Amino acid sequence: MAVSLDEQLIQELALRREQRWSLYDHPNLIRAGSVMIFLILWEFYGRRVDPLLLTYPTAVAWAAVQLIWSGELIRQLLVSLGSLAAGFGASLLLGVGLGVAMGRSRLAEAILDPHVNALYATPQVALIPLLMMWFGLGFGVKVVVIFLFVFFPILINTVSGVKNVSASMVEVGRAYLASERQILFKVVFPAAVPFIMAGVRLAVGRGLVGMIVAELFTAITGLGAMLTLYGNLFETARMFVVIIVLGLLGIGLIQATQMLERRMARWKETERAVN
Amino acid sequence: MLEVRHLSKVFFEQNDSRKPGLVALYDICLTVRKKEFVCLLGPSGCGKTTLIRIVAGLLPADRGEVLVNGNPVTSPGRDRCMVFQQFGLLPWRTVLGNVEFGLEIEGVPREERRDISRKYLELVGLNGFEDYYPHQISGGMQQRVGIARALSKKPDILLMDEPFGAVDAQTREQLQEELLKIWAKTDTTVIFVTHSIDESIYLSDRVVVMHSRPGRIKEEVLVDLPRPRWEGDVKADPRFARLRTDIRESLRG
Ligand SMILES: Nc1ncnc2c1ncn2[C@@H]1O[C@H](COP(=O)(O)OP(=O)(O)O)[C@@H](O)[C@H]1O
Ligand SMILES: [Mg+2]
Repeated sequence: MAVSLDEQLIQELALRREQRWSLYDHPNLIRAGSVMIFLILWEFYGRRVDPLLLTYPTAVAWAAVQLIWSGELIRQLLVSLGSLAAGFGASLLLGVGLGVAMGRSRLAEAILDPHVNALYATPQVALIPLLMMWFGLGFGVKVVVIFLFVFFPILINTVSGVKNVSASMVEVGRAYLASERQILFKVVFPAAVPFIMAGVRLAVGRGLVGMIVAELFTAITGLGAMLTLYGNLFETARMFVVIIVLGLLGIGLIQATQMLERRMARWKETERAVN
Repeated sequence: MLEVRHLSKVFFEQNDSRKPGLVALYDICLTVRKKEFVCLLGPSGCGKTTLIRIVAGLLPADRGEVLVNGNPVTSPGRDRCMVFQQFGLLPWRTVLGNVEFGLEIEGVPREERRDISRKYLELVGLNGFEDYYPHQISGGMQQRVGIARALSKKPDILLMDEPFGAVDAQTREQLQEELLKIWAKTDTTVIFVTHSIDESIYLSDRVVVMHSRPGRIKEEVLVDLPRPRWEGDVKADPRFARLRTDIRESLRG
């Protein structure tokens, strides 16, 4: 209604939206140009340097074609992604579950608190040699390492999200005769979702780090193992291919999480913008 | 019918056993008939919210009891519904989803509860806003959602804790009138907490004046103004002015 009145008045005033083309309205063009220039400079500089130390974009592109053609890149990528998914999934289940328990029950918190704090305070990389003794060098150890890297941001955010649910919100549930279970699933959990999603966003980056570190240590399969292999062979271009794939993977996963976060926590975001 | 018998409530400091504790309610006795509209009026901190929460079954009493239709209250029940001062809406649910909440908890099938909720949204004048989120609508509209949610459960007793305290004056008058119209169409008993003298007179059959420290009932004032009150200007009636003076006196002394 208000909009159509605005439109009417604008028409009556014979005003038109001014549309001028400006480079500043197209930051993606600027971004693409910036990347192009960087690649060109790298190409020229890279060709003059010892190929053992640095390579150049066309060589990297060629290496990429070879690695994709042989199927090696895709195969190792899938191995890496498989362990990432398994570790992440386990963390999500256990982190959210324990987090809700710790956030809702002071008993559960007191019981679990010391263990969580001790394990969280330890740099998780330090545990890898020990984990390799326990779980070997295969898929299992990678999943465990990723699990450890990812677990704490999810757990800690879930706990604080659940604790942040206001008592008055829970009281609304009680006033409308909700059971403990219904309060958990219909009040506490949805209220905590924005916090949990923020934890998931942090966890994605850490998960990638955990994945690579575990594969560098075990050096048998996955993208990390490819890095070790081609590093030992001084195949710099192939190493770059792996590094770029990891970068793209990071960007893709983080973007996907942000999208998911925006969708699931939309009410929170707009609420903040309004208040 | 609602009966409050010699009700007392004391709040003790959680981690300080030296503090004596605060007597929030002392020996409250109150009887409310079916379909009566009663206002609890008193200054901030006199225990109005505490009393209404005990009646709702959200808070246990320390002494005395509350009876609804002869049965002692120990927990929230389907015969009572609460409308909250800060609306108490769930921000991740749409307007329709919020109205549905009580019915959903009760296990009413989806289609049926949708239909019921739509009906009550229409009753409070919010049709067309089903898919909005609470933060997208005004405070007055949010409280209409709160009222629709409570009414959808068809309670015998509607408990309202300063429901219009957080909306602007104009909206407030409008909501008061609409509440009276809705109430006139139902058999609901209403217990309405407020600290506005005019609001209490305009709405109720009886004003229960409370004092603080300790929270207790000072006096009950019968409001003998004719209904419906939304016709004509009740507030200009000399009886209204006299009631206002009486109640103000009662609040003071
Ligand atoms: N959960 C609580 N714990 C401790 N003190 C409380 C609690 N709830 C209310 N009180 C105290 O009891 C008194 C009455 O509070 P309340 O019923 O909210 O008053 P009103 O609603 O009339 O403003 C106040 O002094 C308040 O500080
Ligand atoms: Mg209050």
